[in-house]
Amino acid sequence: MTSDGARRRRRDSPPPDFTPRTGPWLSTARRRNLTGWGFLLPAALLITLFSFVPMIQAFVLALQTGRGARLGWAEPLWMNFERLLHDEIFKLTMFNTVFYLVIQVPIMLILAMVLANLLNDPKLRFKAAWRTMIFLPCAVSLVSYSLVFRTMFATDGLVNDALMGIGLMQEPLNWLGEPWTARFVIIIGLLWRWTGYNMIFFLAALQNIDPSSLEAARIDGAGSFKTFWYVTMPQLRPMIVLTGILSINGTLQLFDESWALTKGGPAYTSMSMSHYLYELAFLKNPNVGYASAISYVILILVAVLAFIQMRAGDRRD
Amino acid sequence: MMMRAPRRRTSWRRAPRYAFLSVFALFSVFPLYFMLVSATNSTQDVLASRLTPGGHLLDNAAALVAQQDIGAAMTSSSVIAIGTTVLALAVCAVAGYGFEIYHSRGKDIVMAIIMLAMMIPFAAVMIPLFRLFARVGMVNSLGAVIIPAISTPLLILLFRQSSRSFPHEIIEAARIDGLGELSIFARIYVPTMKSTFAAAAVITFMTSWNNFLWPRVILLDNAVQTMPMLIANLTAGYVTDYGVLMLAVLLTSLPTILVFFILQRAFAQGITGAIK
Repeated sequence: MTSDGARRRRRDSPPPDFTPRTGPWLSTARRRNLTGWGFLLPAALLITLFSFVPMIQAFVLALQTGRGARLGWAEPLWMNFERLLHDEIFKLTMFNTVFYLVIQVPIMLILAMVLANLLNDPKLRFKAAWRTMIFLPCAVSLVSYSLVFRTMFATDGLVNDALMGIGLMQEPLNWLGEPWTARFVIIIGLLWRWTGYNMIFFLAALQNIDPSSLEAARIDGAGSFKTFWYVTMPQLRPMIVLTGILSINGTLQLFDESWALTKGGPAYTSMSMSHYLYELAFLKNPNVGYASAISYVILILVAVLAFIQMRAGDRRD
Repeated sequence: MMMRAPRRRTSWRRAPRYAFLSVFALFSVFPLYFMLVSATNSTQDVLASRLTPGGHLLDNAAALVAQQDIGAAMTSSSVIAIGTTVLALAVCAVAGYGFEIYHSRGKDIVMAIIMLAMMIPFAAVMIPLFRLFARVGMVNSLGAVIIPAISTPLLILLFRQSSRSFPHEIIEAARIDGLGELSIFARIYVPTMKSTFAAAAVITFMTSWNNFLWPRVILLDNAVQTMPMLIANLTAGYVTDYGVLMLAVLLTSLPTILVFFILQRAFAQGITGAIK
């Protein structure tokens, strides 16, 4: 925690306050208020310095052009953004990222909700064991699991052997060498890694639902599906919005899987926007202005989708 | 719970639930089993889809040590993960507590701004951050990995929400007893909120141990590379030695899996406490 020295200094500087409540109360209140602000200060400063300031700098960079250290204002200023419109690789990486988002996030959230409901059943046996097994993938890093999946989906790997073994396939499939199968493997990987994570959030939300509201629905004669749809679901809405925002935010920033699982290939067909941004900014012939323009597209996508989600979550309440 | 047998009449109706759970649990655990087993097999065995433990663990270990400086990578990863966790818990717990205990209107605005920071994707700040750390000569420095990760909106939110259940009367009582504001935090709040701290520690340790993109950007020298960077490098050549790769992946995953098992109950409790 905070160093002992800092703590002692803090405690010593304002003398302990023994003023009874009838005394000059305002000054104590004001001092406490200041203490409260002091508690927030380190966190607020760090977030300003490492999130907000660079966010503004990235925008300035996106209006600049030039290689290496020689940067100057672009002519016209929005040149980088205009270039994005004609960049086929950028369009492809954007398509890939949005594709992962649209396919994977809904499937994952529905699966997570179904699993959470099953695990919340008081009559279910071995609850802790199920939860541990389904949550376990979250303990593994994105790069680690990507490499495990890369090994399993290799042309001479386990998945092909298993599928040929049970007669579903005649020839081994080059999963990571074909655009659509490579994207499919990334989606399977994302489902594997994140479903249990979202399940824990839903499970926590379910445990906070007042059992009497479910009891009331049962007395009114609602079946288990109707109870879920009309009583449980509305109470889960804030959690659906939160997990939705976190998942969308995460998918739009997808990098590790693209880097380690498919290496973005074949020929950019599974590469994510962040991966392309990294290549432009830090590999070969860095172009930070153009890469910053891409970073702003990601930022705007995250902001717009989060805003829509929050509005949708509010209106239905 | 486990002692109670389901009523006979309903037991068959519940079979599909158990089947669904079993299939999903198998899907969750199998890749990890594959990783564990493959670490003990030769590349030929891995490609022959052998699913039983083999005798090549030591060969794989020897090959791994010969190819890569595992010790240095483990050290870098440990320094980053432990350093980030300790500092992040200190800064974010104090901030979350400050938001909830010393309430005023102005703080709600600050909180909203901090939540806004949660929406900023790291990709959008990465290039300026690299330029900042390059300017102050911190390329290849582990500090450059730790510092931007200390203050995270999610942790502040977690501590703020959990502080709601912390009884304010205790604070008043402690003030009457003459304890200073920071002592109240350190001596009363911290011991009471153990499960929140455990949850926060698990999240932070795992995220920082597993972090890949930012270390990849700022740590250019292989002498300071982290474990995720090391395993990613193992597939860079023309031929991948799968047995060695799976052993390295296993070594990279062991610390976070251990932390997970030690603290998983506290983690679930901490999340539950946070959203009450």
